[in-house]
Amino acid sequence: MRIEARENVSLTLRTLAPVVAVAAAMAVCSVLLLWAGASPLEGWALMLKGALGSRFAITETLTRATPLVFTGLAAAVAFRAKLWNIGGEGQFYIGAVIATWLGAGSFEMPAYLMIPYLFLAGALGGGLLLLVPTLLKTRLQVDEVVTTLLLNFIVLLFVNWLVFGPWKDPMAMGWPQAAPVVDSAVLPQLFAKSRLHLGFVLALVCAMGTWWFMRSTVWGFEIRAVGASPRASRFAGMPVNAVIVRTALLSGGLAAMAGVSELCGVKGYLTLDLSPGFGYSGIVVAMLAALHPLGVVASSLFVAVIYIGADSMSRAINISNYIADVTTAVCLLAVLVSMFLAKYRIRWR
Amino acid sequence: MELLNFVLEAGFWVATIRMATPLIFGTLGELLCERAGVLNLGIEGIMAAGSMAGWTWVYMGGDLWTGVCFAAFIGGLIGLLHALLTVQLGLSQHVTGLGITMLASALSSFVFRMLLPKATTPPKIIPFKAFAIPYLSDLPHVGNVLFNQSALTYLAFALVVVVAYVLFRTPVGLAVRMTGENPMAVEAQGLSVFAIRTWAVVAGSALMAVGGAFLTMSAFDAFYIGMVNGRGWICIALVVFASWKPGKALLGCVLFAAFDAIQMRVQQQSGMAVPYQFYLMMPYVFSIMALIIMSRRAAYPRALLVPFRKGER
Repeated sequence: MRIEARENVSLTLRTLAPVVAVAAAMAVCSVLLLWAGASPLEGWALMLKGALGSRFAITETLTRATPLVFTGLAAAVAFRAKLWNIGGEGQFYIGAVIATWLGAGSFEMPAYLMIPYLFLAGALGGGLLLLVPTLLKTRLQVDEVVTTLLLNFIVLLFVNWLVFGPWKDPMAMGWPQAAPVVDSAVLPQLFAKSRLHLGFVLALVCAMGTWWFMRSTVWGFEIRAVGASPRASRFAGMPVNAVIVRTALLSGGLAAMAGVSELCGVKGYLTLDLSPGFGYSGIVVAMLAALHPLGVVASSLFVAVIYIGADSMSRAINISNYIADVTTAVCLLAVLVSMFLAKYRIRWR
Repeated sequence: MELLNFVLEAGFWVATIRMATPLIFGTLGELLCERAGVLNLGIEGIMAAGSMAGWTWVYMGGDLWTGVCFAAFIGGLIGLLHALLTVQLGLSQHVTGLGITMLASALSSFVFRMLLPKATTPPKIIPFKAFAIPYLSDLPHVGNVLFNQSALTYLAFALVVVVAYVLFRTPVGLAVRMTGENPMAVEAQGLSVFAIRTWAVVAGSALMAVGGAFLTMSAFDAFYIGMVNGRGWICIALVVFASWKPGKALLGCVLFAAFDAIQMRVQQQSGMAVPYQFYLMMPYVFSIMALIIMSRRAAYPRALLVPFRKGER
């Protein structure tokens, strides 16, 4: 077996590759549907119908996609600089914690001030959380993969303490949850009779902003350059460590905004199941989008369709809704392979 | 003072050795992969898959030892997938590893739910019992601690010796270490970098899966979703702490487990003075601190994370 680089990669090949990969992933996961005794075509159709089959279903899917856009952008920005931020889950919760801390009645402000204030404060918290492993990386050469991963567990235990301890809402009938945020902190709904909220618009704005930032600003260029080659960047006079720190603040901030958005837009109060792994799914979203900020919007919609669809599919046919996690994981691996095959060809001889 | 008495108790060391066992398997497995130049972030998922596979095997009527073999086989299979993607195709070891973890954990939960759809309380199996080695377990002080453990614990300790011997005293081990340092040199010797890395990852992943199986087949008697609970990531930190040496890995795992046992004890003693969540954070904090302390001196295998392509420099 020999691997050769393709001389020029056509645009068709590049755009077609992820589509083929997703199709292949679906084919692989069909085996699980067959095992559950369902016909795969019917299963996937049920999934699509559950996610996009009605007005309500579509708004639910968009609601689910909202935090994924934020965490997907967070992973995309960090991975561009080869900063392996796997701590999106922890940063998500820090955002939610800060939004609760500031937004649950300690003071009042009109909504047009309160909402930006909470998002900025949350983003700052998430950025600072990621700053710890990042400084350990730039100063002491501590590998950030493990430290960001372990911080997720620490943050989750911290939230556990908050909602069982000092922040436990006495009005919540004994459920472990914090007090809800005040009315002015609640993100307004976009349509009547749906849960889709202002956070979705904000997510789109962030995606476009990130795209512009990465593409057209010096700082964005530096992030891409450092990711492509730290040595060349240093040689060109870029402050590599400062660039990595900036990337960390941006990435952690974006992930934390997902937490603020979920807290103020969907749930209203802090609980331990605020995130069903949005931080980790963000990595899948970013990779499916090939780390492109606008692609993140598309891929987070796709992942949201899988999760919302899997819930209704699992109710319709007798199958565990872990099928959604399996499918997204297979999609991630398939897309990795497809991006490789778009760049290289394999010769068997 | 009270704590000192506690640390001198045999019961403390028995618990420590037991808690160290899954970490020993996992750390040895990761060490093997990294010595060959492949970071295996799939460890968390592979341990989950191992715990599920071994438990299910016994639950379905198999016996314990074939269950362990089955877990190792499943682990090896997942490792093979990781090797195909990162070694043969040379994809990013970070992202692939995370993908493998997501896939393996999700599949374990999926299969568990499909096999036992209605299980509210997790069903139980009869796990490995402590096996007292005749004569040795009668030794004063150390006998009860070291020689009255589960059979898998003996296996873990034996494997430390085996892995250390193979890595540092055999041609195979030399080839593995060389692959992690300088794959070009391996190729120049007429050995296949691909084959060595693939087999190292497969063997390492099998070990990780046995570590997972220990959780369901010896430490507990049931499978819970999310039961690996970061142990895999801790193993990755322990490999750095051990500077990629099996003996030090054993030391690191036992030390780590001892700290964990102490924090549990302090937690019981202190009543509610400090909330229990902060004690539960300790293992993760220890791991990060271990990384910080050792990272300055860490001599990573030179070719770790660098994919090898024939004829490319």
